[in-house]
Amino acid sequence: MAIAGLFFYLFATITVASAFMVIASRNPVYSVLFLILAFVNSAGLFILLGAEFLAMILVVVYVGAVAVLFLFVVMMLDVDFAELREGFLQYLPVGGLVGFILAAELIIVVGAWTLAPELTASPKLPIPNPSEMTNTEALGRVLYTEYVYFFQAAGMILLVAMVGAIVLTLRHKEGVKRQIIADQVARTPATAIEVRKVESGKGI
Amino acid sequence: MEMAAVPNLMPALPEIILALGAMVLLMFGVFRGNDSADTISLSAVLLFAIAAIVILFGPQGEQVTFNGAFIVDDFARFLKIITLIGSAVTLIMARHWLAAEQFHRFEFGVLVVLATLGMMMMISANGLIALYLGIEMQSLSLYVAAALQRDSLRSTEAGLKYFVLGALSSGILLYGCSLIYGFTGSTQFPDIAASVASQGVSLGLLFGLVFLMAGLAFKISAVPFHMWTPDVYEGAPTPVTAFFAAAPKVAAMAMFARALVAGFPGATDQWQQVVVFIAIASMILGAFAAIGQNNIKRLMAYSSIGHMGFALVGLAAGTAGGIKGLVIYMTIYMIMSLGAFACILAMRRDGEPVEEIADLAGLAQTDRMMAVLLAALLFSLAGIPPLAGFFAKFYVFLAAIEAGLVTLAVLGVLASVVGAYYYLRIIKIMFFDDPDGVLDPMPSSLAIVLGVSAAFVIVFVAWPGPLVTAAQAAADALF
Repeated sequence: MAIAGLFFYLFATITVASAFMVIASRNPVYSVLFLILAFVNSAGLFILLGAEFLAMILVVVYVGAVAVLFLFVVMMLDVDFAELREGFLQYLPVGGLVGFILAAELIIVVGAWTLAPELTASPKLPIPNPSEMTNTEALGRVLYTEYVYFFQAAGMILLVAMVGAIVLTLRHKEGVKRQIIADQVARTPATAIEVRKVESGKGI
Repeated sequence: MEMAAVPNLMPALPEIILALGAMVLLMFGVFRGNDSADTISLSAVLLFAIAAIVILFGPQGEQVTFNGAFIVDDFARFLKIITLIGSAVTLIMARHWLAAEQFHRFEFGVLVVLATLGMMMMISANGLIALYLGIEMQSLSLYVAAALQRDSLRSTEAGLKYFVLGALSSGILLYGCSLIYGFTGSTQFPDIAASVASQGVSLGLLFGLVFLMAGLAFKISAVPFHMWTPDVYEGAPTPVTAFFAAAPKVAAMAMFARALVAGFPGATDQWQQVVVFIAIASMILGAFAAIGQNNIKRLMAYSSIGHMGFALVGLAAGTAGGIKGLVIYMTIYMIMSLGAFACILAMRRDGEPVEEIADLAGLAQTDRMMAVLLAALLFSLAGIPPLAGFFAKFYVFLAAIEAGLVTLAVLGVLASVVGAYYYLRIIKIMFFDDPDGVLDPMPSSLAIVLGVSAAFVIVFVAWPGPLVTAAQAAADALF
């Protein structure tokens, strides 16, 4: 148990510290790298909780895809972040007020937290014993049965997102040479190469 | 290992037809290119007709499937058919505009089908997860549709604005959903209602409810979450604006009503205050802000904000009578709005689209029929008897007074008097100002939509029975 506690504080401290560095560092590339550090350490926290599937998904999706996408954007777009931050103080009062209200609400809400006893006693779906079943199997058992509607609906939403991205950004430029496999395969030596006799001592 | 039972798919058959149809149309469009845009639009209309027939002749009564996530009752059936009609008419109206603008994107029809699928999921949502997925399905399609004219600065601005604000509202909605889940232990409306009945309304649940309503109010563009509406209406391509003003509003309002009535019947006193506030604010802002508008699409945006306020009066009553009023209101509003947009889509001068109210000057002299029919629709939108718009307002105000919300009803009537000014102003410009040019003749498809819509608002007084009976059955299904 002592080792688990030690690792919990290790992961938790690094997560909080790197999350702070995400917003504190001046260089946006450093920010993204700290974000990745925060993700990896959160994955460690999930493993301590016994949620190994979530931990792996966090690394694969957030570190592997989202953070890399962020890095791409940060490096590709020449955004002057120092300039973006210039108006920061100007928005501080309003932003601070909104943040303060949300924080106050959260405190009130969490302070009033009373979970009905019968809720914890009989959750809608029984949680399987982690020693008998892996996370992945437990999720798979409900994802395609109990939650099949949500799963399919999410799939349709992703289809819309894909259609939208293509509709709004794909442009067929004129004058770009494209690969047409059929034409390329169908070429014969007669059309593909030209044989010229070059007399010795002379160029073409 | 035991096999899981296959859920009953029959209640969701119309949705499945739309989903598969959208994918087939998408593949067809990809292989046939943009020349197939018109074919796809017409196929989409056919698809909506098939879905409507399946809804009409499918199993009746209350059907729940997917472990309680998906519900089909008389309320859902009626509003789904209204939504399908709205989407189909929009596609028919859009054909002329798309042809005239040389705007051939086959994705338009596909996106309308996908958005309609999202709307039907919203109407049938019986829990918070299903509700959120339906909203995202519809909203994502609408964001793309708003920005579809991607070489136009205003269209892309409209799409981006809608997207950013929509994402923010989705965040607020999810925050509310998570609080509700945390304090009631369920995401399904019947379980939430049971929990509220046994536990009462805790502070955390109240916060969740307010956040949920803020997110939903954004989707129906009710004040104070209306900021996006005028810019998006003005910037989006006109057929897309016509689409925004019709079917999505009906679906979002239906979802709003089901979430509150089915999910929180024990918290009526709490949500009633919020609905009363946004209803009053929407009616008043819609009435006053529309006065200064010169662009007719912006004017229709403020008009829709005001009309959402009036429809919310019915919801604020929180009774079966109020929901009946809401259903009647949304049906009549959608029909009036489609008719008005048929005119806006027909506003062209020498082949170029015009959108200023001043361009309608002297329409009575140049195109008498269009002017008279549009005037009938505008009178109806203003709520002047004996047109349909009057009865729409009548039913919601009646329900509000029966529920003891007299102040709300009085404020609503006053707001509709102010609102009448800007509708009458358009009529004055059409009939009494001198024309400074002739509008192109109205194409037959738009003329038919305008004619049917105007005929409906005029004839409704003589034959209100079917709509009122259907709305009554729909409202009773919720209680």
